[in-house]
Amino acid sequence: MAKLNMVKALNQALFQEMERDGDVLVLGEDVGVDGGVFRVTDDLQRKFGSQRVIDSPLAEAAIIGTAVGMALYGLKPVCEIQFSGFAFQCFHQIENHCARYRMRSQGRFHIPIVIRMPYGGGVRALEHHSESEEQFYAHIPGLKMVVPSGPRNARALLAAAIRDPDPVIFFEAKSLYHAAKEEVPDESEVMPIGRAQVAREGDALTLIGYGAMLRVALEAADVLRDEDGVAVEVIDLLTISPLDRETLVASVRKTGRAVVVHEAPKSFGPGAEIAASIMDGAFLSLEAPIRRVTAHDVPFVGFAREKANVPDVPRVVAAVRETLAF
Amino acid sequence: MPRIAVEPRFQVEYLSILDSDGNLDTALEPKLADNELKSLYRAMLLGRRLDERMVRLQRQGRIGTFAPTKGQEAAQMGSIFTLRPTDWMVPSFRETAAMIWRGWPIEKLLRFFAGHLEGGQPEPDQHDLPITIPVATQLPHAVGLAYAAQYRGDDVVVMAYFGDGATSEGDFHEALNFAGVWHVPVVFVCQNNQWAISVPLKKQTHSRTIAQKALAYGLPGLQVDGNDMLAVYAAAREAVDRARAGDGPTLIECVTYRLGVHTTADDPTKYRSDAEVAMWEQKDPLTRFKAYLEKRNLLAEGLEQHVDEEIAEAIRRFEATPPPDPLTMFDHVYAELPSDLAAQRDAMAASDPVVPAREGATAPTQPGATPMRGQRLTRR
Ligand SMILES: Cc1ncc(C[n+]2csc(CCOP(=O)(O)OP(=O)(O)O)c2C)c(N)n1
Ligand SMILES: [Mg+2]
Repeated sequence: MAKLNMVKALNQALFQEMERDGDVLVLGEDVGVDGGVFRVTDDLQRKFGSQRVIDSPLAEAAIIGTAVGMALYGLKPVCEIQFSGFAFQCFHQIENHCARYRMRSQGRFHIPIVIRMPYGGGVRALEHHSESEEQFYAHIPGLKMVVPSGPRNARALLAAAIRDPDPVIFFEAKSLYHAAKEEVPDESEVMPIGRAQVAREGDALTLIGYGAMLRVALEAADVLRDEDGVAVEVIDLLTISPLDRETLVASVRKTGRAVVVHEAPKSFGPGAEIAASIMDGAFLSLEAPIRRVTAHDVPFVGFAREKANVPDVPRVVAAVRETLAF
Repeated sequence: MPRIAVEPRFQVEYLSILDSDGNLDTALEPKLADNELKSLYRAMLLGRRLDERMVRLQRQGRIGTFAPTKGQEAAQMGSIFTLRPTDWMVPSFRETAAMIWRGWPIEKLLRFFAGHLEGGQPEPDQHDLPITIPVATQLPHAVGLAYAAQYRGDDVVVMAYFGDGATSEGDFHEALNFAGVWHVPVVFVCQNNQWAISVPLKKQTHSRTIAQKALAYGLPGLQVDGNDMLAVYAAAREAVDRARAGDGPTLIECVTYRLGVHTTADDPTKYRSDAEVAMWEQKDPLTRFKAYLEKRNLLAEGLEQHVDEEIAEAIRRFEATPPPDPLTMFDHVYAELPSDLAAQRDAMAASDPVVPAREGATAPTQPGATPMRGQRLTRR
C-alpha cells in the first residue's frame, strides 16, 4: 500500500504493464528525458530505454500514425498527446484508422493502442490547454473512451486499457493530477472498461459525473445531504463509451430523477446520450425531466472566466433542487 | 537507362555579419540609419526587460503561463523590422518582442496571459493575427493571407513565425508546398532555438539545416545567425523585398537559443546542461548588438530606466483591468446569438454567475488549484 496522487498512480500503471509485457511501449512528445510535461512517464525511459520510451518529433499525426503501424505489427503502443487540445492534429489517424482497422480488415488486424491525453480546466491555462473533448471520441464507433476520477481507478483503468485489444482513448483530468492522494495497493489491479460505479448510494436522485466532475458531484451531494436532508446517488461513469446503460437505468428506476454533469459543452455532449439512454430504459420511473449541468456552448472563454463556465457545486446543487422540486 | 543528376543546384547558405566577438563583416553590413539602429536596440531591450518582469508576475500568480522570449530578440526584431504596418504578421506564441513592435500594447498582452480573451483582440487597423498556440497551424493561414492579398492586387507581404519543433508538423510542410506552388508573398521565419520543450533539434529532424527544407518545395531557404541582429535584418530585408517584387516565398532559419524556460511551467534542468546555456549566454544577441551601438556612440543615456518605466506604467494599466464580466463569454461565438445560446446566457444572468476575483491582476494562485507542472522557481 502506498499513498499516490494520480500522476504517480498512472506512472505505476505504465511501469507495471511495461514490466509485464515487452510489447508495450510509450511514444509521444517529451515523454522520455522530460518524463512528460506532467511527469506521468517520469523515469520510464531510464528504466526501459529509449527504444521503448520514445521522444518523438513534434507531430501528433505521425505519433498516432506510426503507432497504428506498430499495432498492426503486434506491438501495444501507449501514446501521449501532450494536451487533448492538440489531438485534432491526429484526429484523422484516430477516426480513419484506429477506430476502423478491425472492421476494414474484417478481423485480420486490430489496433490495441492507448491514447492518453490530459484534458479539462481548472489549472489557469491558455487556450487548447483547458478544454474537454470526450464527446468527439465517444461518438466514434470502434473506440473506447475512458475517464478515471482518482488515483486508484486511474491506475487500474490504464492497466485495463493497455491490455484491451481495441483502441482506448484515455482522458486524464489535469485538475486531478495532484489533487488528492489515495491508498493504492502495491500489486497491479485491473478494472473492467465499460462499467460505471455507484460512488455513493442514495434514493432521491441519480447524479452522474466523471473525471474531475465526480468531485463536484460528490460535494454537491454533501451539500444536499447537509442542507436539504436528501440522499443523492452519485454515479461515477469511468467509461463514457461503451456506456454502462445498465447501471444508469437501474439507479434511475430506483430514484426516478437524474442530473448529469460534465465539463464539455452541452449540445450533443455525453449528457444527451446519457439522458436518452435513461429515457429508453427507465421512462416509466421518471418523475422529472433529466437535467444537464455542463459548460456552455461556447469555445474556450479564457481562464479568468472559466469558473463561470465550468460546472461548480452551486450550479449542480441548484439543478438537483429544481429536479427534486419538479 | 542512365542515372543523371536532375537537380544539382541545391545549396544552403549561412549568413553571419556581426559575430559574438564583435567582428564585423563590413562588406555585408546593412545600411541602417542611426535612428533605426537605436529603435531596434530599444525594442530588443524592451523585450528583454518585459520578459524578466513577466516571469516575476507569473511567479506571483498575477499572470498565468507564458513562453519567454529571452535570447530570441534579434531573430524577432531583425525580421519584423522589415515589415510595413500594412504588411501582415502571423505570430506563434513566443513573439512578445515582435508583437510589441507591431503595436500590441504591453497591458493587452498581459491581459491575454492573465486569461482575458480581450488581450487577444487586434486593433481594427492592425494587420496582425493573434497568438496561435497549436504548433505550426498558423502557417497555412499566412499562405492564405498572402494569396488573398495577391488576388486583390494589394502591396502586402506576410511574415509568419514558428519554431524548430514546428517544422515536424504536417502543417509546416503543407504551407511551404502551397506557398511554392502559388508563388505568394510570404516570408517564413523559423526561430530555431535548438529545443522544442525537452526535445533537442537532433531528435527533431535528421536534416542538417531547417533552411534546406525549403528547397524541396522549390523556394529559397537561408540559414542565418539568429543572434546577429544585422544578419537577421539583412536576410529578412532580402526576403521581404523579393516577396514584394513578386518573386515568391522564402524560408529563413534563424539559428538562436532559448535562454530561459520553455514556458513558466517548464523545468529545463531536467533536459539540458548549465554548460550549454552558459555557452549560449556568450552569444547573447542583446549584448552583441549593444556593443555594436556603443562603438557607434548610439547608446542613449538612461535607456534602461525609460524602458522599465514604460513597462511599469503598462503593468499599472494592466492591474487596473476591471474584473471580467462572465456574460460577455457569449459575445463573440457567432455574429448573431442563436436563440438557444441566448437562453444559456439568460440563465447565467439570472443565476448570479461567479465573478472571479481578478485572477489576472491581483489574485494569487488559488490554494488548492493544481499547479501546472514545475510551477516552482528553477535555476533559470
Ligand atoms: C500541435 C501542438 N502540439 C503540441 C503542443 C505543445 N507544445 C507547445 S510548444 C511546444 C514545442 C514547440 O517547439 P518549437 O516549435 O521549437 O517552438 P519553441 O517553443 O521552441 O519556441 C509543444 C510541444 C502545441 N502547442 N501544439
Ligand atoms: Mg524551439
